[in-house]
Amino acid sequence: MTGEEILKVTGILLQYLVPTLKIFGFTLLLAVPLGMVVACLKMCRFKPVSWLTNVYILIMRGTPLMLQIIVVYYALPFLRMSEGLPGFLADFLNGMDVASEEFMFNAVLVAFVLNYAAYFAEIFRGGIEAIPKGQYEAAAALGMTKSKTFFRIILPQVIKRIVPASSNEVITLVKDTSLANVVAYSEIMLAAKQQMMNYSSLVPLFIAGVFYFAMAMILTVLFGFIEKKLNYYK
Amino acid sequence: MSILNVKNLHKDFGKLRVLKDISFDVNQGEVLSIIGPSGSGKSTLLRCINQFERIDGGEINICGMAMTYRDENGKTVYAPKKALHEIRLKIGLVFQNFNLFPHMSVLQNIIEAPVQVLRQDKQTAVANAERLLKKMGLSEKAKEYPCNLSGGQQQRVSIARAMALNPEVLFFDEPTSALDPELTGEILKVIKELAAEKMTMVIVTHEMQFAREISDKVIFMDEGYIIEYGTPQSVFEDTANERTRQFLERYRTR
Repeated sequence: MTGEEILKVTGILLQYLVPTLKIFGFTLLLAVPLGMVVACLKMCRFKPVSWLTNVYILIMRGTPLMLQIIVVYYALPFLRMSEGLPGFLADFLNGMDVASEEFMFNAVLVAFVLNYAAYFAEIFRGGIEAIPKGQYEAAAALGMTKSKTFFRIILPQVIKRIVPASSNEVITLVKDTSLANVVAYSEIMLAAKQQMMNYSSLVPLFIAGVFYFAMAMILTVLFGFIEKKLNYYK
Repeated sequence: MSILNVKNLHKDFGKLRVLKDISFDVNQGEVLSIIGPSGSGKSTLLRCINQFERIDGGEINICGMAMTYRDENGKTVYAPKKALHEIRLKIGLVFQNFNLFPHMSVLQNIIEAPVQVLRQDKQTAVANAERLLKKMGLSEKAKEYPCNLSGGQQQRVSIARAMALNPEVLFFDEPTSALDPELTGEILKVIKELAAEKMTMVIVTHEMQFAREISDKVIFMDEGYIIEYGTPQSVFEDTANERTRQFLERYRTR
């Protein structure tokens, strides 16, 4: 490939960066709070809730994300074909345009959020359970309410503890966005594969690799900065 | 005036009765030491009074407020939540492992509860915290984080933190057990100073010499029972009880 062609392909891939970042950003935005909720459900003292949550986490962590994306994407069209659905559900399903870009984005996002929430939940749970009992007791002895204890004493310490594990997860997420190409969502990998065919060259893949590497680098630096910021105590 | 009054307290862990028929009281300005071998129930007793464990029978009164009482069937009932909260604020607790909040500076540790729980304005809380730190000889450490302090310094901060709520009584759960022998002295000195100021205190400790010097009353516990309850003189010198003697003997020969 000539230099000009490389620039051109880079420009094309750059356009696919936005949909890639859209999956990345929205997944983080939704999976982190959902993970927090899932972690709380798993630590719930009412056993059935804890078990059900555990089953969810086991399935999400035990099956490939790619499979989950395909299942979510094709679930609705298949569901629509089945008979005997209640009227409101059938109307709802028929009202959806499964061929649209919007539907594809939503389906991919649902799969990503469900998957990543399970991983984040385990990170949060580990962080919360690592806080010594004495911290709760000290707060209780000082008359602090449960919510004040959690938000002022426990959570700040949990955040510090989970930064390294979270940074791993977030960097993996950037690279996992490439899995969305399995349902032809227009992200960087999809474009790189098309350009590879166009030019009969591996260079577009190499360029895509540089894109992912750069994003991972930025995140690494960012998390390093956060870790340093939180390092004012041990 | 009675600050703490415990009557016929029972506590079970499952089928095991770990505290049996515990009764004693502490008046304002008194220092009570609780001694006894490990597993005798001293810490459990302290945890019951501090509401970390629920008792299964008996009564606890703190500053004239009933934490638990007996209903008409003789069953032990806890006071409503609001009263329990109020009672809690009457008690300051100093832990064996300090349990300072590591993400807060020394000053923040001390003003956290006054500001968040008592809703003091920050200036008042800070002024009070600085006074307490001065008393503990830690004025220049206000901005430090607990991880940068020695064990003895951390324990002094935790005493200041407990006192910031102006409690009627201070409880110490083996306050020197996590410290190097070299550092226990500074904590014992602080407690002695508080005793001289007539602070009411209940101290669970293994420091026999200290307990003897500082206490108005001493309790010796073994296997969940109070074996001895009296003046230091009567427990340390005049006891006729074989078990007490054995226990004290072991400390003397160490």
